[in-house]
Amino acid sequence: MLLAEITNKGLAALTYGLGAIGPGIGIGYLVGQAVQAMARQPEAAGMVRTTMFLGIAFVEALALIGFVVFFLAGN
Amino acid sequence: MLALEFPPLSHIVNWPGFGGTDGAWYEVNKVVLVYAFAVILTILVFALGNKKRLVPTGMQNVAEMAVEFVEDGIVMETMGKEGIKYTPYLLSLFFFIFFTNIFEVIPIIQMPASARIALPLFLALLTYVIYHGAGVRSHGFGYLKHALVPPGVPIALLVLVIPIEFISKFLVQPFSHTVRLFANLLAGHILLVTFAILTSGLLVPKWYAVFTPLPLIGVIFFTAFEVLVSVLQAYVFTLLTGVYINAAQSHEH
Repeated sequence: MLLAEITNKGLAALTYGLGAIGPGIGIGYLVGQAVQAMARQPEAAGMVRTTMFLGIAFVEALALIGFVVFFLAGN
Repeated sequence: MLALEFPPLSHIVNWPGFGGTDGAWYEVNKVVLVYAFAVILTILVFALGNKKRLVPTGMQNVAEMAVEFVEDGIVMETMGKEGIKYTPYLLSLFFFIFFTNIFEVIPIIQMPASARIALPLFLALLTYVIYHGAGVRSHGFGYLKHALVPPGVPIALLVLVIPIEFISKFLVQPFSHTVRLFANLLAGHILLVTFAILTSGLLVPKWYAVFTPLPLIGVIFFTAFEVLVSVLQAYVFTLLTGVYINAAQSHEH
């Protein structure tokens, strides 16, 4: 019995899902640590927030490249 | 293109030109109008913030707050005092990106111009030229060494480090700078369109019409979320511009 058919589109969607795992863990860890730092030293919150957004931007790029590849490969 | 073949979704990547300008180099379509609006609004911010009255009133207040936000939150955080001269560029970058993004949630228009790769690519390449230019002006021909050789690396490892630094600094940086803005906005737009289609698709005289409120709540929630994304992406793009300029011209190695 054929449960699922492997197509380009299905593979592209699956690959995007796999590619989102790493950045998901990364952003979670990053923001968690930033919140801890802000709770310990509220006076440094501004600096921590800037650095946090910077880190998020770099990590997020990986997930977004996966999103673009999803469109390109799903053709 | 995958999900975009579905008729209503394909409308978000195909816009015919208005009034017979379709296909010409001077084509006027929805996106061009959004660019024009954003340029006008950005100029307005500058014009309104430029009235030099000692006690600011009305729009001058808002404009001064915005300038202070970019100057203290972005320029001073990333470049310090020597970056003040880049404030006008970063300020116009922030507002132009913010205004092109925010059209994503304004009813009737609902078209983020940054969801077309042309605009993010142009802005990223402009920034690319500016920060490498700043590096060359600050270091002269030593800029290549400054950019490619990190301090404190053993000579034997340079064979490995230089190609990696070259690829990341000269090829990947503008690419990721572009894709970050473009993909965020395209993803948000597709999300909103999907929920809107679901809502209208459920509005039929069948029993499952009772589920209509669910995607409707989704549309409302994600519209609010996209407002946040619009501001955040404008902030991140400008912040990274500041970081790249600082990395190119800094002297502290």
